[in-house]
Amino acid sequence: MIDTAFTDLWYGFGVALEPHNLLWCFIGVLVGNMVGVLPGMGPVATISILLPLTFGMKPVAAILMLSGVYYGAQYGGAICSILLNLPCHPPHAVTCLDGYPLTKQGKGGTALGVTVISSFVGASFGITEMIFLAPALVKIALKFGPAEICSLMLLGLLAGSTLARGSPLKGVTMTVLGLIIGIVGSDIETGTPRLTFGFVQLYDGVEIAALALGLFGIAEFMKSVNQNVKLDRAYAKVGFRDMWPSRTDLKRSFFPMIRGTLIGSLCALIPGTGPTIASFVSYATEKKISRTPEKFGTGMIEGVACPEASTHSSVQGDFIPTMSLGIPGDVVMALILGALIIQGIVPGPQLISEHPDIFWGLIASFWVGNILLVLLNVPMIGLWVKLLAVPYKYLFPSALFFICIGVYGVNNDLFQVGLTLVIGIFGYILLLLGFHPAPILLGFVLGPRFEENFRRAMLISRGDLLVFVDFRNHPIATVFVGLSALLIVIQIVLWLRKSKFGFRVPTVPSTPSEAEG
Amino acid sequence: MQFLLKIRRDYYAGALMMLIGLIVVNEGRTYQLGTLQRMGPGYFPVALGALLVFLGMLIAGTASTGGAEEQEAMPHAEWRGWFCIIAGPALFIVFGKYFGLMPATFACVFVSALGDRDTTLKSAVILAASVTIFGILLFSYLLQVSMPILKWGL
Repeated sequence: MIDTAFTDLWYGFGVALEPHNLLWCFIGVLVGNMVGVLPGMGPVATISILLPLTFGMKPVAAILMLSGVYYGAQYGGAICSILLNLPCHPPHAVTCLDGYPLTKQGKGGTALGVTVISSFVGASFGITEMIFLAPALVKIALKFGPAEICSLMLLGLLAGSTLARGSPLKGVTMTVLGLIIGIVGSDIETGTPRLTFGFVQLYDGVEIAALALGLFGIAEFMKSVNQNVKLDRAYAKVGFRDMWPSRTDLKRSFFPMIRGTLIGSLCALIPGTGPTIASFVSYATEKKISRTPEKFGTGMIEGVACPEASTHSSVQGDFIPTMSLGIPGDVVMALILGALIIQGIVPGPQLISEHPDIFWGLIASFWVGNILLVLLNVPMIGLWVKLLAVPYKYLFPSALFFICIGVYGVNNDLFQVGLTLVIGIFGYILLLLGFHPAPILLGFVLGPRFEENFRRAMLISRGDLLVFVDFRNHPIATVFVGLSALLIVIQIVLWLRKSKFGFRVPTVPSTPSEAEG
Repeated sequence: MQFLLKIRRDYYAGALMMLIGLIVVNEGRTYQLGTLQRMGPGYFPVALGALLVFLGMLIAGTASTGGAEEQEAMPHAEWRGWFCIIAGPALFIVFGKYFGLMPATFACVFVSALGDRDTTLKSAVILAASVTIFGILLFSYLLQVSMPILKWGL
């Protein structure tokens, strides 16, 4: 197995190092790093804006670039958290706790240096995990029939909506709303236009770009306009020379880094627990096993190394269920899956064998991209720090234009711009009502395939719903359905305990922008 | 006070979901339903719409007891920002339809920039002008988006 993995990986490097693909990978990580640094922009909005531009590209290049934006933004986000105490990106919110005190002590450079090292270690492990785990998962998943696929999607959707931020009930509601939005358009079997309300432009369904840009572009801007916190840029002066950590710093951060990496790679495998949860769990673990837990929050280098490593290993590991099973764990993965679908590629277990160039090229590009990011971040740190000074008031109007022209470019139709605007306003109303719109996209992307497989499963079983819990004939489907039921029961029990005894679950503090994780 | 607001917010949230669910069920009923074995195009929409109504009822029903872990304060009404952000893309549509890419870009960026309270007229003009130049270079010349740079009428 190791043998074939290396051959495939070698082939992947061949794909990733083609000048054309290398260029797009570089553009991806560069843009990602940039938006990661810019306060108020995030990978979700950026990938949504870039999505329409990829329609004309080759599938490999498109996926390499969009993924590059995602992990590139994680490098940039750390800079923002450590130097400005601004958790622009939820996964890096915990990094602020110890990163900013370090900056105040004049050791911001060291913190950034350690961050780059732990990021690279974490990412490398995540990629290795993907190389070995994804093909193994595929071997099992290739035997899945419609009933298994359906129940797996059900589990993925439930996990994605209940384990993410906010109220689980509202999360599930948003998923169902996403499934409904996914229905819009012509029915695959009969061609009947459904839920189009008379708009011919909706016969092909709602454009994923319009949906994503409305929810994560326009709605986010409406939420954050004029809410800017005063930023303290006094300490944000870091040069290339400050970044080399001392031997003691390296020694202190070595084991936290390894622990963070392992926690991150575990979290990546559970759908719904992306990098954000991984970083919180790893920080809490580190604090617990430390001999001096009281010192956390005052500038401990361990408190930077551990969550950063876990974020990055989880970010890379996130691709495993997406690429091997076709089940996205979070919004970014849903967008990347959407990009694949638009290119005419059916995501699922057959992806690796049918499109090895995409799968292995992507993995190889992770290594290439991460090396590029280290090269970008270490010598050019001064430039990134300068970018921190770009104010939000210049960012969002420019971004609005990119949204308009991007959506227009999908099929040269101004109707799509209007649709984006309507979705944006609706998305903001949802935000005001306490919903997090992220699961909408999960439901939207999985919806059509879910319906197709469900119909097929019902056709095969002659309309017998019990096929999903028939342990003798469909043991895997039964296990998935059982796990889904367990998820719901756990949520109900948690809720009952909370309302009865005033029990409070510790929650992730909400962060200013970006709905993800 | 915050607590009351939360309860009312959840009532609205649940009601909105019930409304959407009902619309979907009502629309889905007009398609062929089919049976569970041979599902017609209407089966899924009706089922999901009904589920949404049920979830909306749950949200409204649990409003007073649970789900209060996230005490996000309602933001202050930000009419200027909201208006300008909506007006920007709306102007892009109108200007794009009748006058072309250049005026559309300028109007979109200029108006939405005014949504920020710190933006002056001058800085909005400068920002809009630079985005317009950059946007035309990138989208018209490099990426060949089909909208004409300047035109008059339909």
